[in-house]
Amino acid sequence: MFLLPFALFPLFDKNAYHMDLMTNVGIYVLLAMGLNVIVGFAGLLNLGYAAFFAIGAYTYALLNRHLNCPFWLGLPLAGIVSMLFGFIIGIPSIRVRGDYLAITTLGFGEIVRIAFNNLDEWTGGPNGLLGIDRPGLWFPSFEGGWKVNSWSFSVNSTPYFYLTLVLVALVAYLLFRMSDSKIGRALVAIREDELAASCMGIPVLKIKLYAFGLGSFIAGVAGCVFASKQTIITPDSFDFVLSVLILAMVVLGGMGNIWGAALGALVLGVLPEVLRSFESYRMLIFGLLMILMMIFRPQGILGGQQVRRELQEGQEGRADGAS
Amino acid sequence: MALLEVRNAYKNFGGVAALKAMGITVNDGEIVGLIGPNGAGKTSFFNCITGLLRPDSGEILFQDGRLRLNGLSCHKILETGIARTFQNLRIFKNMTLLENVAVGYHSRTKSGLWDAFLRTKRLKAEEKMIFEESMELLSFMALQNQANELASNLPYGSQKRLEIARALACGPKLLLLDEPVAGMNPTEKEELSSLIRKIRDKGIAILLIEHDMKVVMPLSDRVVVMDEGEKIAEGRPSEIQQNPRVIQAYLGEE
Repeated sequence: MFLLPFALFPLFDKNAYHMDLMTNVGIYVLLAMGLNVIVGFAGLLNLGYAAFFAIGAYTYALLNRHLNCPFWLGLPLAGIVSMLFGFIIGIPSIRVRGDYLAITTLGFGEIVRIAFNNLDEWTGGPNGLLGIDRPGLWFPSFEGGWKVNSWSFSVNSTPYFYLTLVLVALVAYLLFRMSDSKIGRALVAIREDELAASCMGIPVLKIKLYAFGLGSFIAGVAGCVFASKQTIITPDSFDFVLSVLILAMVVLGGMGNIWGAALGALVLGVLPEVLRSFESYRMLIFGLLMILMMIFRPQGILGGQQVRRELQEGQEGRADGAS
Repeated sequence: MALLEVRNAYKNFGGVAALKAMGITVNDGEIVGLIGPNGAGKTSFFNCITGLLRPDSGEILFQDGRLRLNGLSCHKILETGIARTFQNLRIFKNMTLLENVAVGYHSRTKSGLWDAFLRTKRLKAEEKMIFEESMELLSFMALQNQANELASNLPYGSQKRLEIARALACGPKLLLLDEPVAGMNPTEKEELSSLIRKIRDKGIAILLIEHDMKVVMPLSDRVVVMDEGEKIAEGRPSEIQQNPRVIQAYLGEE
């Protein structure tokens, strides 16, 4: 329902640049919703999220180049490969908490980017991979007998916009179902009191790993869309700044809130473009807005009472510990 | 029949011995009181049984020795049928009462992530069962009228009862209660005592740590006394009250 206005957006705004921007925002929304599962739901601070995005993008690019893998098959495969890496990094590192997990994931993020930069033979090094196929659609035609017509996406962003919109809707729908089930309750319980949760029979590591894997899967899918849209990917696109930007989207929108993450991505995706007329001051204004936001509404735009209470309790807890 | 049998449990924290050759037996349908001065190691003992701490040595056997609990993780131990409450309340404050209790059903229901995504029949049936039974448990603990309130809004005594309801949701055969009546007024203590008896009448054995002798003595079938990590006495409440070693541990040397 919330997405309906966006579905109509291309009908009112024919500007190709706006369309392209909104498509990129759609990819940001996917990433923010995915990271929200890891940071917002499971409370695992992941500073290397761009790595999973990169793995998804390179997975599709490599499969497409070497095996001629079509986009629609590449989409789930990119997610799965990304998820597998999520497990590989998650299984050893989820045991450590907070700051330590942040450092581990930060390291992983950099390793992935540098590896893609240096594995010239496979990834083309800093030049990246070019000529990645765009998605195509097939539909039957009855003119002059039965035949299947194919039609491929082009430079025009509008089909990509709808593709990301459908993916956003699907991901949001599944995440709502998850959060409204015993898995969702288990995640909240773990965030509230990990020790009590494990004594109430919740396999804490397993549930955290679910969240980590699911978040990585979504990043992989987003990476596949990104690769097919750009048709060229380089390691530069997946740096630490991207990881931090996505994290900022989640925090701004409201941690643990599915629409909040999407809204955060929309705001942070569009704002730099809106502020473009301020030229060199725009990053300054951008930064100022973020600081003011964190001072006056630390729980994020859509972060509810619950997150605010948790933040306060966290601070009290820390104060108790220090005294 | 020995439901729980702990033999020769040792636990050291650095140079401090929290448990020294500690042993205990809890039989089916029994209420056993565990008492002792502050720092005697009662809570450490609970933590060893529930897997929060690993004893350095000793045996923790459950269900006539058929299950050995040493080294199992917390949630595995819970699945065997031991649930607990905590000395300093550990309820999920930002969840409703109903949700708090529903969390206890996690290990007793089978649906997983895919069931949640696809909203399968199994998940729907289980969710229905979870919330119906959770509601019954809340009624049993006289909390049904606040079912949809946040747990943090409850008065202290009700939060204590909520924690017991949540533990019962795990379907335990043995319930460990760590100071269940601490901080309650005399009326509340009386009510909770009768609730604990009702829980026992459901066939759940209870091991409770309690300082309030007016509560623990009439409630317990048997009392075990700990001091400095060791069991110093065991017996019927009336015997324990006469035991010179117990009096000495509580009141000091004469």
